Amino acid sequence: MIDRGPVAIWGVIVAIGVATFAVRFSFIYLFGRISEMPTRLQKLLRFVPAAVLAALVAPALVTLGPTVQATLLDEHLLAGAVAAAVAWRTENVFATIATGMIALWVLRFLVL
Amino acid sequence: MNEDLRSGVLDALPLQLGIVPFALVTGIAAADVGMTPAQAVGMSAIVFAGASQLAAIELLGANAPLAVVVATAVVINLRMLMYSASIAPHFRTYRRRTRAYLAYLLTDQAYAMSIAEYADDRDRDRRSYYLGVAASIWLVWIVGTALGVVVGAGVPESWGLSFAVPLVFLALLVPAMKDRPRTVAAIAGGAVAIVAADVPFNLGLLVGALAGIAAGLLSARGVDR
Repeated sequence: MIDRGPVAIWGVIVAIGVATFAVRFSFIYLFGRISEMPTRLQKLLRFVPAAVLAALVAPALVTLGPTVQATLLDEHLLAGAVAAAVAWRTENVFATIATGMIALWVLRFLVL
Repeated sequence: MNEDLRSGVLDALPLQLGIVPFALVTGIAAADVGMTPAQAVGMSAIVFAGASQLAAIELLGANAPLAVVVATAVVINLRMLMYSASIAPHFRTYRRRTRAYLAYLLTDQAYAMSIAEYADDRDRDRRSYYLGVAASIWLVWIVGTALGVVVGAGVPESWGLSFAVPLVFLALLVPAMKDRPRTVAAIAGGAVAIVAADVPFNLGLLVGALAGIAAGLLSARGVDR
């Protein structure tokens, strides 16, 4: 639970919003002055989605347990593996969420 | 409604199937960590970038330092530099104020859809088509977040609804692993984030993301030569 006042929360929201707008507007604003993005930056940005998304997903699915077995037999990891298979086959956000949640519920309430 | 605007709205319809659950999950997650409905919906309107919102909500819930919350969200949104650069030539004739609100509405989906359409149909009115796609996504995003706040409040904790958050990211991650360097970036980013889960100040996500980007660059260097 958040342990902060409304000023801090709104401050964070506005700060992220302003910075994100600056990112969105950057080249749309500059076009005419700078028409090309530096190649180095372009190469780096190519990896942002994969790296960021994986860093968001992995810790939510894998919690390092005391043993290998405890780590692998985790309901989040197992449900995540089922969802990953669906994501790979369908590339559909809704199907991935639905399968993952149902897998979690089956594991939590019926199996483990 | 003019024809280009209507085409944009219609073309965005299949995308909304992905936006709706994403928005619901964002609203649920915000309510879950104790954000007010106004804060949850305000965030969707002001930030309007789902992955960064979810990461920020999670970090706020873990009481991470505010600078870490902001920095992590901004790194996640850096990818939009690519979209901004790529779509800029199509918007160059518009006045600055017009370009500003077009930029505000820029998302992964609006970018991908519009760029494909511009390449396909040169007679399309750039602004109208883009607005049809981007503004309808905006509307669904805001309404979906609000619905999520309402729905999330009524669901018992044991259902583990917050698990839908990583599932959303998983659904976006799989198609982002397009080639070997990007797969390497994902594996490295994920592995480092797991190991760094207990790093102080909740810097684990940021450290994992940066490690993943570095690994991707190294891997690409091997391929390019």
